[in-house]
Amino acid sequence: MPDEPKVIVKKYIKATAAAMSTGALEAVRVEALGKKGEITLGMKAVGSLPADQRKAAGQTWNAVKNEVGQAIEARGKELSDAAIDARLMEENVDISLAPRPQAPGRVHPISQTFDEVVAIFGEMGFSVAEGPDIEEDWYNFTALNIPPDHPARQEHDTFYLPGEKDGHRMMLRTHTSPVQIRTMLKTKPPIRIIVPGRTYRCDYDATHSPMFHQVEGLLVDEASHMGHLKGCLIEFCRAFFGVGDLPVRFRPSYFPFTEPSAEVDIGCTRKGGEFRIGHGDDWLEILGCGMVNPKVLENCSIDPAKYQGFAFGLGVERIAMLKYGIPDLRTFFESDLRWLRHYGFSALDVPSMTGGLDR
Amino acid sequence: MKFPLSWLKEHLETEASLDEIVHTLTMIGLEVEGMIDRAKAFEGFVAGLVVETSKHPDADRLRVCKVDTGSGQVEVVCGAPNARTGMVGVFAGVGAYIPGIDLKLKKIKIRGVTSNGMLLSERELGLSDEHEGVVELPEDTLPGQPAAAVMGLDDAVIDIAITPNRGDCLGVRGVARDLSAAGLGRLKDLDASPVKGTFESPIKVSLDFDAPAFEACPYFVGRYIRGVNNTQSPKWLRDKLLAVGLRPISALVDITNYMTIGLNRPLHVFDAGKVNGSLHLRLARPKELLAALDGREYELDGEMTVIADDKGSQALGGLMGGERTGCSADTVNVFVESALFDPVRTAATGRKLNLMSDARFRFERGIDPAFLEGGMEVATRIIVDICGGEPSNLVVAGAEPEWFRTIGLRASRAGALGGVEVGEETQKRILEDLGFAVSGGGEEMTVSVPSWRNDIVGEADLVEEVVRINGYDKIPAVALERPSALPHPSLTPLQRRPATARRTLAGRSMVEAVSLSFMSSGHAALFGGVADSLRLVNPISSELDVMRPSILPNLIEACGRNSDRGVAGADLFEVGPQYSGDGPDDQETAAAGVRSGSTGPRHWAAAVRPADAFDAKGDVLAVLESLGLATGKLQITGDAPSYYHPGRSGGFSLGPRNVLAWFGEIHPRVLGEMDVLGPIAGFEIYIGRLPAPKAKKSAARPHLDLPSFHPVARDFAFVVDASVAAQDVVRAARGADKALIEDVSVFDVFTGPELGEGKKSLAISVTMQPVDRTMTDAEIDAVSARIEAAVEKSCGGVLRT
Repeated sequence: MPDEPKVIVKKYIKATAAAMSTGALEAVRVEALGKKGEITLGMKAVGSLPADQRKAAGQTWNAVKNEVGQAIEARGKELSDAAIDARLMEENVDISLAPRPQAPGRVHPISQTFDEVVAIFGEMGFSVAEGPDIEEDWYNFTALNIPPDHPARQEHDTFYLPGEKDGHRMMLRTHTSPVQIRTMLKTKPPIRIIVPGRTYRCDYDATHSPMFHQVEGLLVDEASHMGHLKGCLIEFCRAFFGVGDLPVRFRPSYFPFTEPSAEVDIGCTRKGGEFRIGHGDDWLEILGCGMVNPKVLENCSIDPAKYQGFAFGLGVERIAMLKYGIPDLRTFFESDLRWLRHYGFSALDVPSMTGGLDR
Repeated sequence: MKFPLSWLKEHLETEASLDEIVHTLTMIGLEVEGMIDRAKAFEGFVAGLVVETSKHPDADRLRVCKVDTGSGQVEVVCGAPNARTGMVGVFAGVGAYIPGIDLKLKKIKIRGVTSNGMLLSERELGLSDEHEGVVELPEDTLPGQPAAAVMGLDDAVIDIAITPNRGDCLGVRGVARDLSAAGLGRLKDLDASPVKGTFESPIKVSLDFDAPAFEACPYFVGRYIRGVNNTQSPKWLRDKLLAVGLRPISALVDITNYMTIGLNRPLHVFDAGKVNGSLHLRLARPKELLAALDGREYELDGEMTVIADDKGSQALGGLMGGERTGCSADTVNVFVESALFDPVRTAATGRKLNLMSDARFRFERGIDPAFLEGGMEVATRIIVDICGGEPSNLVVAGAEPEWFRTIGLRASRAGALGGVEVGEETQKRILEDLGFAVSGGGEEMTVSVPSWRNDIVGEADLVEEVVRINGYDKIPAVALERPSALPHPSLTPLQRRPATARRTLAGRSMVEAVSLSFMSSGHAALFGGVADSLRLVNPISSELDVMRPSILPNLIEACGRNSDRGVAGADLFEVGPQYSGDGPDDQETAAAGVRSGSTGPRHWAAAVRPADAFDAKGDVLAVLESLGLATGKLQITGDAPSYYHPGRSGGFSLGPRNVLAWFGEIHPRVLGEMDVLGPIAGFEIYIGRLPAPKAKKSAARPHLDLPSFHPVARDFAFVVDASVAAQDVVRAARGADKALIEDVSVFDVFTGPELGEGKKSLAISVTMQPVDRTMTDAEIDAVSARIEAAVEKSCGGVLRT
């Protein structure tokens, strides 16, 4: 490179380094590389040189332009970085302050438990059926082999309404079992349903609420027997409580609409004053079940010589209390925000067998 | 049903331990609900002989007793007035737990004298409140004997739950029979052979029922016993009754209780000296009065069965005896009744009179119809044994009703229904041990049912008997066969709606409540009232006397309760039923919610404001959209129900009649009546009224055409009459060029004097989306002019300049 261009390069590099603001740097750029800048003019002059000098001179001036241009660009970046740094130093906030609030919503434990139960039985091929809360006593009692004078009817503490339909009293269903009848009257076997719903009994104390929730199950086909009933409910209990080897025990019991009938206990321990589900020295009753009484099938025009099956009913509050450690039944319906926030679930916690049932 | 182990062993010959018995009872369906094992509670308490007493040197009321405990002599400081040399008390040594006062005994010094234990009172033993003195055991008791045994309390008491079908197990003998069938011993024989009478009863019996009421008492067995001495019962009998919680009264009464609990055979004993003439079983006369043995007087009606003498009713059949003819210490001649009363009538009578008794509980479950005479013979033996006397011949009225029946049983059903293979011989053995008789075999067994098992009516009942006694734990669990390799959805699209609404609202920071389906009729009246068919006949309280016509009142009430607790600003929702009548179609699922107080806690960076109708409207739209509804098609209406603020509420409908939702601020007067602080904004979405989703051919979405040209936005401000709805302006602007205009939104609303009286300014932002080329300024101006013209034409809007 001839001397003159070298001097030019040196001059602008020096000027670039001396520019302390983007404005000053721009002035340097214009002076060197602007339309009438020294380097621009130098490059233009190359065209008027004799042909044999043009190539070398062109290369020289290109090198000059690149070197100075890069220096200005680098200095520009330095200056803008410094400017951002300076601005950010001014912009600090008290990061300990709370963010803008967004209160978390909650799903009630009853709803969550329903979803869990449906997720499990859904996996076993059960679909959801529903029925009205206000029932005729025929569906709630008579069709379920509980005739008017049956002692079991007295144990149900029924809420009655003033109306009557076809000689049947209107009442609040005392269990979800009438949906068994409604389903069997309109569906041909095979049947596999579960019935989550509200139920009512005229009783109010520490362990009874006038309204509570049940999930009924009904399976009717040609071959399912008590072994299947056991298999189905043992799997349910283990999945629901998340204890793979949960001890589950079946004891004979009595329900007018099943024969044979059973109550189901799960293993637990109360050692050291702490209640825990799983292996232990004690048992806790959690549901009732049995093989559908042939009379109930007959009442629904299903041939008991051909079809049989099982039914079960479980108390939703009870299993929710056990699983989630909720101590008092009555608190479920008090709508106490502190309780709902504590025991409720996030909207995104949708239970499924693949995603898991524990929250 | 309570009984002590010794009573069970009267009927069951067994080597089984208490634990085995308790476990087996539960596993054959006689669930053990509780057990009191005093031998365990009194472990370590022994008979202690006071060999020497001396006055405490420092306390007037205390004595120092030297007690022989069988394993040595210890000094005990004792304040009981009856502690004296030679008496035998119940001694508890240092380290023993005293149940009655919840205390573990330590060696202590009482006023300078060391006490090495205690002589116990009944209260300290937890037996009664008696604390006047210490318990005295018989003076010949050897020191060191376990106190529980000496006191006759080493008998564990078992309490079992009897299901309504097992009336036969309301007698200890029935329980023993089940246990013997389960392999826990042998059912002992019962001597019910006839006792020879020596005379004819002077009291006769007649069954005076007309045709429809024959079943009230079809069969009656009586016996006169003369010359009895109604003394105190012997200790063995008193102990048994005490163990089951019955107070011993006199031998005759105690024997009837013993027969009731031991053999499930309720009896009644009349003082024959007080009976006028003969006994007549009949229905009561309307308003007939009876003073019963419980000290109450009952007014009877013509549906109730009484046992009357020539003067009037003397006992309520199947329920309770009468006071006038009851036995006393002076009773010399008695007439014993063993009858069969109709379960239904007995239960109805008991319910009407609010009278429960051991007899009623048994009769309404059905008493063994073939054990009237047998029961009488057993009772006669015990009465004569304890009270002496001379029995008459039996007095029999009516006859044993037909109870014999047979049921076919296929051996294969144990496996096919019960899920467990049980050998034919085992099945027969179990049934026979339970009192059934079996003939035939294989698939053609014929089983006759014993008289005491009225619950056995079909083959399934027999299978239950076999499988129950064989043990449910022997049924192998079998996995359910799946109808298909992968499960189908459990919920239909319609059934998914509540969960979708629920999780949408919970995702909008609302908290789900589950409130009762009931509410007070007073609150219901504020929300449109309820039909008479929804008033409960037997509510648990006046606060919960009707089925709710709307969920909102319960949520508003909950806001009030939370606020009273200092938790303000509740945003609650519920997805649940509401009722408009008592038919199945009158129940409807609604998603209702309330937002109360302000939009959040005060915050340094976020402004808060009171909850308003637009919060509720936003919730409604969010839910409707999450349910798949294109909300653009909805019509908005202003005529919300009267419990909403008339000027700050509205509704969404599809077509003129199908209202999908109401929303708005709750009427301040309603809040005032409910005594809840406002403002509260609320909504009700009737999720069942949305059109059912159309069955789609595929889940594929429509093709997405992404425009390749920039959208253009232009703002306009119109002055319109204050009564013009913003939605109308938006709709007019949008209609100006349906192809180009993609979106119109209101970004400012204001009123002010410069606009003039009754006017408001609406500022809208219009987004135009060119499809095939960039718009020129001229084209944009042309569309703008059309927008201005459209708004002016349909809404009278004038462009503000």
